[in-house]
Amino acid sequence: MSYLKPKFRHPESPKNKLGYTLDYYEGSLSTLCAGCGHDSISASVVQACYELNIEPHKLAKLSGIGCSSKTPAYFLSNSHGFNSVHGRMPSVATGANMANRDLIYFGVSGDGDTASIGMGQFVHVVRRNLNMVYVVMNNGCYGLTKGQDSATADQGSKNKSGNVNPFDAIDLAGLALELGADFVAQSFSGDKKQLVPLLKAAIKHPGFAFINVISPCVTFNNNVGSTKSYDYVREHVEATSTIDFVPEMKEITTSYAEGSAQKVKMHDGSFIQLHKLSQDWDFQNRFSAMKALNEAKQKGEILTGLLYMNSESKDLHHTIDTSHNPLNTLGKAELCPGAEALEALNADLR
Amino acid sequence: MPQQHSSNLFTQPSGLNNFVIRFANVNGTGSASANLLFTKAIFRMGIPVTPKNIFPSNIQGLPTWYEVRVSEKGYLGRREGIDFMVAVNPQSMATDVAAVKKGGYFLYDNSKKLHEEYIRKDINYIGIPLMEMCNANYSDARQRQLFKNIIYVGALSALFDIEFAVLEGLLADQFKGKEKLIPANVKALELGINYIKEHFSCPLDIRVERRELLGDSIMMDGNSACGLGAIYAGATVAAWYPITPSTSVVEAFMDYADQFRVDKVTGKRNVAIVQAEDELAAIGMAIGAGWNGARSFTATSGPGVSLMNEFLGLAYFAEIPVVLIDVQRTGPSTGMPTRTQQSDILEAAYASHGDTKHVLLFPSTPKECFDLTVEAFDLAEELQTPVIMLTDLDLGMNDHVSAPLKWNPEKEYKRGKVLTAEDLEKIERFGRYHDVDNDGIPYRTYPGTHPTKGSYFTRGTSRDEYAVYTEDSNAYKRNMDRLMKKWNTAKDMVPASVLYQKENQSEYGLLFFGTSQYAAEEAMDMMKEEGAVLDALCLKAFPFTKAVSDFIKSHKKVFVIEQNRDAQMKSLILIEEQTDPSKLISILNYDGMPITADHIFAEISKNLSLHQVLNKA
Repeated sequence: MSYLKPKFRHPESPKNKLGYTLDYYEGSLSTLCAGCGHDSISASVVQACYELNIEPHKLAKLSGIGCSSKTPAYFLSNSHGFNSVHGRMPSVATGANMANRDLIYFGVSGDGDTASIGMGQFVHVVRRNLNMVYVVMNNGCYGLTKGQDSATADQGSKNKSGNVNPFDAIDLAGLALELGADFVAQSFSGDKKQLVPLLKAAIKHPGFAFINVISPCVTFNNNVGSTKSYDYVREHVEATSTIDFVPEMKEITTSYAEGSAQKVKMHDGSFIQLHKLSQDWDFQNRFSAMKALNEAKQKGEILTGLLYMNSESKDLHHTIDTSHNPLNTLGKAELCPGAEALEALNADLR
Repeated sequence: MPQQHSSNLFTQPSGLNNFVIRFANVNGTGSASANLLFTKAIFRMGIPVTPKNIFPSNIQGLPTWYEVRVSEKGYLGRREGIDFMVAVNPQSMATDVAAVKKGGYFLYDNSKKLHEEYIRKDINYIGIPLMEMCNANYSDARQRQLFKNIIYVGALSALFDIEFAVLEGLLADQFKGKEKLIPANVKALELGINYIKEHFSCPLDIRVERRELLGDSIMMDGNSACGLGAIYAGATVAAWYPITPSTSVVEAFMDYADQFRVDKVTGKRNVAIVQAEDELAAIGMAIGAGWNGARSFTATSGPGVSLMNEFLGLAYFAEIPVVLIDVQRTGPSTGMPTRTQQSDILEAAYASHGDTKHVLLFPSTPKECFDLTVEAFDLAEELQTPVIMLTDLDLGMNDHVSAPLKWNPEKEYKRGKVLTAEDLEKIERFGRYHDVDNDGIPYRTYPGTHPTKGSYFTRGTSRDEYAVYTEDSNAYKRNMDRLMKKWNTAKDMVPASVLYQKENQSEYGLLFFGTSQYAAEEAMDMMKEEGAVLDALCLKAFPFTKAVSDFIKSHKKVFVIEQNRDAQMKSLILIEEQTDPSKLISILNYDGMPITADHIFAEISKNLSLHQVLNKA
């Protein structure tokens, strides 16, 4: 799996508005299995940040524990990263965001990290509408401990050992909608063409932006009978798509023909072009999105694209009315009431 | 229900400006503010006074006690032996009667006849028809309940000779802005006073007389002092989960933030206070904020510290500043949530799996709560590690007479080794975990500082000096050894202990910390009256400073006084100082009530004949 990353870059590589080439947004070499869906998502993150002309140091990457949570090391080397503890990334992101509202907070988690140990923190970070991107790299299994079913494994899905999962899956996108998230999207790691603009929209969204990305585990959950295998996902993600066969040991990048393209206006006036968005529901109506998601689930389909967005979202800083200046820039002059005020307090305590 | 040692066990004489009064109330009936009025009046008469709330883990309807010790000598610890009982709770009457010292007083509501089983021949009964008086004077049910409390305060003021003008002054302060409520309260006080004057000869033998013993002292609870300390220290992010007895730390912080952290021009708040979903998230948020360059803290009690262990290990290993205020209560598990203890010492010192050690601070007074909270933020950032304040329920939730709070306007926040963009420009390659200064403390950067330099990956996994993941044994060991070096550096930075030692050193020493200080100081005076002067040391921090090591080394026997069953501080000393175990003698108190001087005195006497001390002292 490991090989050296080529250092050579073509001198005429295209540059974005900041003058950075794409490789400037890359990270260190991935240690995940070859063909891992997560690496495709990392590549999409690189692409999205490049295209959005983001200053990497103005973005902070945060994650929990698991294969997915390793990925922040594999993109944006010039960003600070924080690989925290299992299921607890949302709280670390909340504190970091409270300290400095001017950075972009990019959280990466997995299905174990979010849907099991981290469920409590996930639910509450949604509820608080923290301004962050929250990507779940969802493969339905615990990769680092060799393939146990996770809480997002579908009922009836067969794992590599041949065991059939008897429990219902937790639908994270549905849950996020139910909890009131103002940006909910679903995608497939192999669909970079869809995922990159979704990531861009998520970064631009002024509150909590959730993307559940189905990201097959090539090593432990890519067998026949698994509902999170490349083959199964490709077949069920969008009935009208033509999907090329891609050998498992390669990174998967599937492109859809552009058909039902749609423009979405972002809060700052920009437009993001989205692909493969079903026209059957109004993505600016939460209930319509919830209905569409449930109907797709009944049909055994994986609905991808932007499911719901409220571009007027108000984040936690707005709710608790914090200073527009990042709190970590304030000093003694703004923060310390001083000796005289203390004398007055003493007098009140006599 | 608090343990009662009635009658003759404790024979400290009571009298003028020297007695213990206990109020037996039903919680949720408004008795707290009336009882505080009584305490505050004595405080304003310049006499040392210390109140203790003995309350149930309940909101309404259960017995609650409020115990006030008045001590002209300035002893502010708890004392056994109730001289005067205000028994207005029928539920606890049997206990309350039994608790009164021989020759003491029992004030009760005689609107109904007192049951025969509550009659003792060796105490004095003061019956007041509280209910009848309330029914006659007030029509509203809530008023009847509230003013019953004020009437008994009036009665007490006559019995104890409390100056009426002082009570009026307190009411004026309490109802500032709501002055129309004052006359009804004054009337209630007068009802009590007049009834006593008509039916009893007063004042009693145990009474108060104005003194000037308190100087510019204040009366404050430790939790408020911690909350205010966090404001003064420049904390901008507080994340918390409610738990008794720490809740009022953050509530005080919120109140002070309303007062001091709202920008006068923009109306925006220079603080973020987040009520988390649990203690796990509370410490996680505080750590995230600390990582990102804000001064942040959380407050909790033992059960919360258990939950925070994992994150404390991360913050230790990843070297992230954070302040944790642990207001200890009686454990283990849920224990007695509304009783005090010092039983989180070992848990806090070594919180989390693997080799971890945490800086601990032990305040004894509200002033120290304020000062050490400020210091905790400096230490956390200078050392890039969690700093845990270990206070307790007694200190946190009870009012204490304390030296006034002081702020030195020259004081600057010590933000530790943080590199700016300019600093980074001068550095070829930034290494987050490089021991540049050979003190074990590396340099850090805040996210967003520099476009190409200074970024690093924070992780709970092992890494090299450049924060790059590694499983190389040497790199791992280098890092662990550097953390140990940092620990040793901390020994010279933490607050100094307080030494009580005369020129001629005794062979015997007392070692104590936190709220045991009050009882220990009093016990030392009791020893002194017997002719035995012992040396003593009040610990203020862990790691132990050289002064602590020297104190233990230079005494033949050291009594370690602590409020837990397992002698946790003694264990910590044995582990960290490699002391000969036979040298340390434990004096323990773990019934959930604050330790008393009588207990310490008795334990010292039991372990060591006074002659032994006398001869050697």
